[in-house]
Amino acid sequence: MTFLESIYLPAVLGGMWITFKHLFRKHNVTKYPEETREFAPVYRGQHVLKRDEEGRENCTACGLCAVACPAEAITMVADERKKGEEHLYREEKYASMYEINMLRCIFCGLCEEACPKEAIFLTDRIVPTYFERDDFVYGKDKLVEKVDERIDISKRQLTGKRPQK
Amino acid sequence: MLEKIIIIVALFSVTLLIATYLTLAERKVAAWLQDRIGPDRAGPWGLLQPLADAGKMFFKEDFIPTNADKWLFIIGPGIAMFTALLTGSVIPWGPDLQVFGETVELQVANVDVGILFIMGVVSIGVYGIMIGGWASNNKFSLFGAIRASSQMISYELAMGISVITIVMMSGSLNLRDIVEDQHGMNWYVWKQPLCFIVFFVCALAECNRAPFDLPECESELIGGYHTEYGSMKLGFFLFAEYINMFISCAVISALFFGGYNFPGMDSLSGNTLAIVGTLVFFGKTFFFIFVFMWIRWTLPRFRYDQLMHLGWKKLIPISLVNMLITGIIIAAVSGWFSGEKPKTNEPMQTKVKTEQPDKRLSMNTNTH
Repeated sequence: MTFLESIYLPAVLGGMWITFKHLFRKHNVTKYPEETREFAPVYRGQHVLKRDEEGRENCTACGLCAVACPAEAITMVADERKKGEEHLYREEKYASMYEINMLRCIFCGLCEEACPKEAIFLTDRIVPTYFERDDFVYGKDKLVEKVDERIDISKRQLTGKRPQK
Repeated sequence: MLEKIIIIVALFSVTLLIATYLTLAERKVAAWLQDRIGPDRAGPWGLLQPLADAGKMFFKEDFIPTNADKWLFIIGPGIAMFTALLTGSVIPWGPDLQVFGETVELQVANVDVGILFIMGVVSIGVYGIMIGGWASNNKFSLFGAIRASSQMISYELAMGISVITIVMMSGSLNLRDIVEDQHGMNWYVWKQPLCFIVFFVCALAECNRAPFDLPECESELIGGYHTEYGSMKLGFFLFAEYINMFISCAVISALFFGGYNFPGMDSLSGNTLAIVGTLVFFGKTFFFIFVFMWIRWTLPRFRYDQLMHLGWKKLIPISLVNMLITGIIIAAVSGWFSGEKPKTNEPMQTKVKTEQPDKRLSMNTNTH
């Protein structure tokens, strides 16, 4: 090192000039939650359990999503459809209880890929934070889409299926 | 007596207020330098953020580790805060103010050894860090404290030598005399730029600011000497650091940038001059605070050996040579080499306050 380098001053001033130029640059901040950034179409956020066009739940509680889940976040209890419930469930079997623990979930989307009935999808919604652990266990009340408030999943490129070869 | 009390209270509250808002300014400057906007949630532009921080600090659990030395653990931040607040007392904040026919000095104590007082009190400040780090009974705290004390001792030498150079120039240790000596634009920084650079670097190191923030050094020592501290005791340490930064910037502007002197000050007089001068002084101080922050958010931390090399092998020789050359030039100007008898009040007698601070030495000692 020359003497000038060893007293660091030229390098210091050079660095300070770089940061000084940044003083006048436009900031690059998105003020969440007032502003939100646009998500990629394949963003994997909070799950939804879809209904079909007639408003019947697609899920048949086959358990493939729970098997596929690497984080073991999905729990379900299967039940048989009774007479008079045909408008609620599409097939003879349905999930009477379906829970996803959002603290365990790693949002990998394997449940979506495993599902043979196009029942579960990941959406661009963000799972909010809570103060209690129990609040993160989402039941059917939060997961199944409302009949009059359908969740749009048309942007999903992989609609729960592996690409056709 | 009453005016002194008012000035003390005013200085106390202004110092605390400025230190409080420096925490916000630090985050804002950091954000601007990094293309962000910084805190903006508490109040407009985040102006209430310091209050929120203070509230948080007060209501946190006041925790003392089991094996800590309880009393020293409490005394540590106390000393840090006490010494930080003490240094402001000898700084001349502005020209004399005329209130109800009386002359009020905008200075708590016009001590004849002003700059020595500051150096002394700052040296005591390291006890706060050392005691706090030692009493925590934590190896990281101890490392931080040892680093802090060795760093401050090393850089105090170069700092002291550069102060001596300025004292030789002005012929007085009294800060008000030093400031008065730089009337108008006649600032010492023009005559002593090298001395200024040395002093500035040492001030950074004395304040434990980046790039010399080895005592804290989050990435290696967790929090350095205040690893074990929480609640308002931690707040005191951080607060003392910001007060120190404010005071050292004030000292820099008083010693090198003419304090409350500004070009064209002769056209003003009386209270206008006092008020404008005080504002100018604060303006200069805030500029240097900004530079401190700017440096912090630009430079990475020095390695410890680099720090010691810079202090002992670069800054001290530079300031010594600078002092020597200054001395020779002062001697030459006051006629030591021309066979004349030196004047009675020779400037080499640095410890004696000159009775006539009008003896200005106007020569260029910028020799490097």
